[in-house]
Amino acid sequence: MTLAETVLGAAFAGLIAYALFGGADFGGGVWDLLAGGTERGHRVRDRIERSIGPVWEANHVWLIFVLVVLWTGFSGAFAAAVTTLYIPLTLAGFGMIARGAAFAYRKSVSTPGMRRFFGAAFALSSLLTPFFLGAVVGGVASGRVPPGIAAGDVLASWANPTSLLGGTLAVLVCAYLAAVFLCGDARRDGEHDLADAFRLRALVTAAVTGAVGLAGIAVLHADAPLLFDGLIGRGLPVVVLSIITGLGALALLLVRRYTVARIASALAVTAILIGWAVGQYPYVLLPSLTVDQAATGHTTLVALLVALGAGALILVPSLAYLYVLFQRSVR
Amino acid sequence: MLEFLADASGNLYPARMQMALSLGWHIVFACFGIAFPAIVVFTEWRGHRRGDEALTALAHKWAKAMGVLFAAGAVSGTLLSFEMGILWPGLMGRFGEVFGFPFVLEGFAFFVEAIFVGVYLFGWNRLSPRAHMLSALPMVAAGVVGAFCVVSANAWMNNPTGFRLDEQGDVVDARPWAAMFGPSTWAQFVHMWLAAFMVTGFLIASVYAVGMLRGRRDRYHRAGLLIPLTVAAIATPVQIGVGDWIANVVADNQPAKLAAMEGQYETTSGAGLSIGGVYRDDELHYAVEIPYALSLLIHHDPDGVVPGLEEVPADERPPVNVVHLAYNAMVGIGLALLVLVAWYGLVWWRRRRLPDTAWFLRAVAASGVAAVIAMEAGWITNEVGRQPWVVYGILRTADAVSPAPGLGWGLVAVVGVYTVLTAFTVVVLRRLARHEDTPAPQERP
Repeated sequence: MTLAETVLGAAFAGLIAYALFGGADFGGGVWDLLAGGTERGHRVRDRIERSIGPVWEANHVWLIFVLVVLWTGFSGAFAAAVTTLYIPLTLAGFGMIARGAAFAYRKSVSTPGMRRFFGAAFALSSLLTPFFLGAVVGGVASGRVPPGIAAGDVLASWANPTSLLGGTLAVLVCAYLAAVFLCGDARRDGEHDLADAFRLRALVTAAVTGAVGLAGIAVLHADAPLLFDGLIGRGLPVVVLSIITGLGALALLLVRRYTVARIASALAVTAILIGWAVGQYPYVLLPSLTVDQAATGHTTLVALLVALGAGALILVPSLAYLYVLFQRSVR
Repeated sequence: MLEFLADASGNLYPARMQMALSLGWHIVFACFGIAFPAIVVFTEWRGHRRGDEALTALAHKWAKAMGVLFAAGAVSGTLLSFEMGILWPGLMGRFGEVFGFPFVLEGFAFFVEAIFVGVYLFGWNRLSPRAHMLSALPMVAAGVVGAFCVVSANAWMNNPTGFRLDEQGDVVDARPWAAMFGPSTWAQFVHMWLAAFMVTGFLIASVYAVGMLRGRRDRYHRAGLLIPLTVAAIATPVQIGVGDWIANVVADNQPAKLAAMEGQYETTSGAGLSIGGVYRDDELHYAVEIPYALSLLIHHDPDGVVPGLEEVPADERPPVNVVHLAYNAMVGIGLALLVLVAWYGLVWWRRRRLPDTAWFLRAVAASGVAAVIAMEAGWITNEVGRQPWVVYGILRTADAVSPAPGLGWGLVAVVGVYTVLTAFTVVVLRRLARHEDTPAPQERP
């Protein structure tokens, strides 16, 4: 593994963390959106709010972490990607503002109208933001971002079949993760009926995700042949791993082993993302810009690696403390 | 208008305005991220130490406000990290390897702050007082580190160091650690760090000054005014001295910026300090001039030579009027705030009480907004004064902007989004101030 690949690997690990933790937060918002009317959906919404309230800000710093590592370590490719894909990225940025602000503020207002407005903003942006981020991934993965500033088509780079697939899968995966995570949270707090409700949501979402994933094979074959070849070639073991862990998670949900189901689900999602990375390797921007070509100078990469190592020493214990503190306490 | 927004060659102006709006909005909340945790935990500590319920209640209320302000700062900061690349790919793509690094460190600092803001608010009644106060310290440290990192990136844009350019103009031999410690970094950091304490201190004090003017003069309101005002009162005189330091750094490294700040066209010995006025046809009209003052300030010598705008080619001069007036506004407000805290300090020193007049409370009530205006004016001086460069002397802002079609619509959207966000932030903070039971975003209801 070259130095550049190590740094990019660290950024990718950040992306996986964002997908797992930030993704579950987005998914919480999706279930908030689908919870039904004010009265009927009250308990579900309350459960979601209690689960993500203290952690949502930390969960979303992962994305900033990914961006800053990319712009320092892979400046040119970063500039190429964000300028060509600026429209979905800007919309995702607005989505994050609407989502974060609405979630933060809705607790602090009392009139039902305001609450409903903030609730709707939170829920809707929870759906749209991961969709746009998934569309961005689709644009990169289907080789629609050429090197060079704003060199690609600013519309076709994200309004295309692979982006549509990426966006849809992103929303589904977020919703699935949230449902699985919320099962455990609800049971821990003795809300067994809610746990069952989320279990049902998780099972249904898993089935839909699987169906979309199968259809996605055809989409990638037609629209992103390079990625497709990578996935059924070098990436095949990871794809198989994703399917096995996904099925395992389903079985665990059926027997209500929620804690292990969380781990299996997280593994399945991680495997999907790694599948994308392996399928695209060694290119950062398909079809020709490799990781090593895109990387910046040696001194910068070493500085990044040192900073990432030292930062992890501070970050990992802090995050562990945060999650343990919240998971331990019952209300 | 529509054609203008879709025309890629017209991207520079809307991109600059979008960046200015996004940064100008975020920096107010960043100030709270830097300074508020220290003020809140100090108040909590005094409350525990003295068994003073009013102080503990005050700290709890402030902690909730801190949660709201942190959320606003977090979301606006996320958008900024998108905009850096979306709007300025010529800067990030070419120089990201040189000056992108402090943002990585800032990323960690922000991460730590986001984690512990959650722990601190969530743990209010769940942790022991000692553990709870300790959980605030990572926030305090992260605020300092984060401010240093971001300001060092900006200082690099003013005085780029830590790399070489080859004959094609490509970056070689990037040394990101060296780039963080250029000639402007320390002065700019200390200036901003103190500004954060002034903005936070005066703004919070102004809220309680309004309350006292309306007749709420209990211990809770008095402490709510005294603690932040004292913080600001310590920071303000130091800031005036740091202002002299940073002006000298600018004079040494960016003479065109200094000349624009002073509205000075001709290189002059024994230069006077010009206040106000309009710059037209290479001359400052209608300004009030203090003889020899500029030479004295810059060189500590009444006959020192101050270079004027004539020293740089016409197409490398910043827009003078904006820079000059913004600079005057910052210094003027800074001095007015100095008078205010001197008044407060003098009365407190002699009589151990607040000045006994409504005019003092009115002045404090105005000081919060004034401090914000001064800080924004300072950033305008810094940023507009660097134009037409984004990387001083090396990369023009016009060459850094993205040529993507339709980019200008971003400005329209950002104006809309921030208008709504500002309105709601004000609504929520007002409610938080009025109702005891309002939970913070990070708390569980």
